[in-house]
Amino acid sequence: MTTSITNAERREGMRGFLSRRGVGGGRKRDSIDDMAERSIVSASERRRPGTRFGMSLTHVFLFVSLTIAGLGPILWLAKSAVTPTQDTLQQPFALWPNGIDWANLSTAWNDIHIDQYFWNTIIIAAGAWFSQLFIATTAGYALSVLRPKYAPVLNALVLATLFIPGIVLLVPLYLTIVSPPLLGRDASMLNNYLAVWLPMAANAFNILLVKRFFDNLPREVFEAAKTDGAGPFRLFWSIVLPMSKPILGVVSVFAIIAAWKDYLWPKLVLPDPAVQPLSVRLPDVQSQTELDVFLAALAIATLIPIAMFLVFQSVFLRSAGLGGAVKG
Amino acid sequence: MTATLPERPAAAAAPPPAAPPAKRKIRRTPLTWYRGGGLANLLFVLPMVFVFFFFSWSPIVQSVIMSLQKTNLLVSEWVGLDNYLTVLTDPQLGRAVINTVYFAVLALLFGFPLPLFVAVLMSEVRRGKGLYSALAYLPVVIPPVVAVLLWKFFYSADPSGVFNTVLGWFGIPAQPWISSAVQAMPSLVLEATWAAAGGSIIIYLAALLSVPPELYDAAEVDGAGIWRKVWHVTLPQLRGILFIMLILQVIATAQVFLEPFLFTGGGPAGATKTILLYIYDKAFRNSLGGDYGEATAVSVLLAIVLAILSWLYFKLTNRWSTS
Repeated sequence: MTTSITNAERREGMRGFLSRRGVGGGRKRDSIDDMAERSIVSASERRRPGTRFGMSLTHVFLFVSLTIAGLGPILWLAKSAVTPTQDTLQQPFALWPNGIDWANLSTAWNDIHIDQYFWNTIIIAAGAWFSQLFIATTAGYALSVLRPKYAPVLNALVLATLFIPGIVLLVPLYLTIVSPPLLGRDASMLNNYLAVWLPMAANAFNILLVKRFFDNLPREVFEAAKTDGAGPFRLFWSIVLPMSKPILGVVSVFAIIAAWKDYLWPKLVLPDPAVQPLSVRLPDVQSQTELDVFLAALAIATLIPIAMFLVFQSVFLRSAGLGGAVKG
Repeated sequence: MTATLPERPAAAAAPPPAAPPAKRKIRRTPLTWYRGGGLANLLFVLPMVFVFFFFSWSPIVQSVIMSLQKTNLLVSEWVGLDNYLTVLTDPQLGRAVINTVYFAVLALLFGFPLPLFVAVLMSEVRRGKGLYSALAYLPVVIPPVVAVLLWKFFYSADPSGVFNTVLGWFGIPAQPWISSAVQAMPSLVLEATWAAAGGSIIIYLAALLSVPPELYDAAEVDGAGIWRKVWHVTLPQLRGILFIMLILQVIATAQVFLEPFLFTGGGPAGATKTILLYIYDKAFRNSLGGDYGEATAVSVLLAIVLAILSWLYFKLTNRWSTS
């Protein structure tokens, strides 16, 4: 349940709301890549031959170890996904001593129904994305822009949930899904994707993040729009949302990745294998699957998150790095 | 505190548009409520209230109630503090707490200094920093279940297992890894550290930028070498973020579930059964309906400890961000 993304999310949320500043500002984005000229090792030290040698050595050491630790397992998985079982077992590091077995991928995709679980995962991620974004933006808008009289009470109630770790909810939330209040057991949401989407939407960090961002939007624009006759819905859809793309991007990445990673909760509320996502299904199919096909399935499950990371790299790193700017 | 703090900036920026003038007496009718935007406010607030009520607020209250009851899905009866007494005197829970603390301590020893060390080295790289960050962050991107299943294969006790092959290159004999009670927990921590280090590295990299470069210049003038600058300037300047990361890591490791559940299922011989696994076993292992009362009692106790840590974290970040 506690994945590193939710941790990043937590840090991000806390930072945003504690330091009372907007997130998504351009300053931090630049500062991660654009290194300050002066750092621990000064320019004069860098000119010394001994230091220079040491720096180059450090450089090589850093590059090699980061490549082995970061890229190594992924490359190994990619290789083994198309290697016959016996080769992987006997010589795990040999590059295809007996040829490449592309059929693993299609076997995994078709015969152990990775296609179906893959599709389930996408549906879960898409629904979680929509529900989280919907709740976070409407709630953020209400609490930050509309500000009805009861807003402080709601705000406090949402904030309070930040201090309650998700684990305390596990059992009562499960029973809520099995037997929804007022509706009873006939309305059980087991095996219904709503059971995953809706609890994920009750995410206080998202609301805080979005509210904080909305708080820092210029009020003059809202006033001007109102003078021009824009109602609350028009203001929300045509003014506030288009101005908030950076934070919507951050929340989207968090939501999709969290849904893709989640294990325990979908395992509990989606007991029927036909509706389970990859993360829940993979450990269960392991015992009945041949190793090479299983590794191919693992590789397929890793594909989308890696692709998302490569495409949205800056959003990922910025979201993760923002968490550290508590003092900034 | 929690209620008033986040309100300030917005309040300073603009008065709430829908607020009626303070003194003038307005007769409150449904029509004035509607004209004042009351309906629109309600429509925007309702979705949030709906999901939070059913999936957050009500389960929180329920968990306290359930911990005082003997519950199955049909009937509940009040048993006072019986559930708490039962679990607190259960030696299995004691074992789970010890295992969890052991995991947390190992995670601090392995996982806490490493990202900091890497980040300090990376901060000195002049070119290709983006590539380094991406490499360091890649393990975080791999879905945790895939990572655990992959590492489970790496940890094969067979001499031709992946890690044992690597050890063989250096002449080290094959290790049993997760199949031995002694090595199981350190093995889980090793994987967890690998999986989480990238996020911490990125955070430390950002924090390192906030160290004023004048301090390094001043230290150099005073004759400090590179490592003394790291020790006497960088680390003291980072102490705030270090403490925050420490608390966050403790909160996260206290709830560790995925690694022990998928790697070892709590074994061998209960050596990796953590608190969350204990709760899971109580509540969900038996498919006919678990002991929900005792499971929630443990959850509530754990939640109280973690809430205190969260509160501490909140106080500290608050102090550092305002100073």
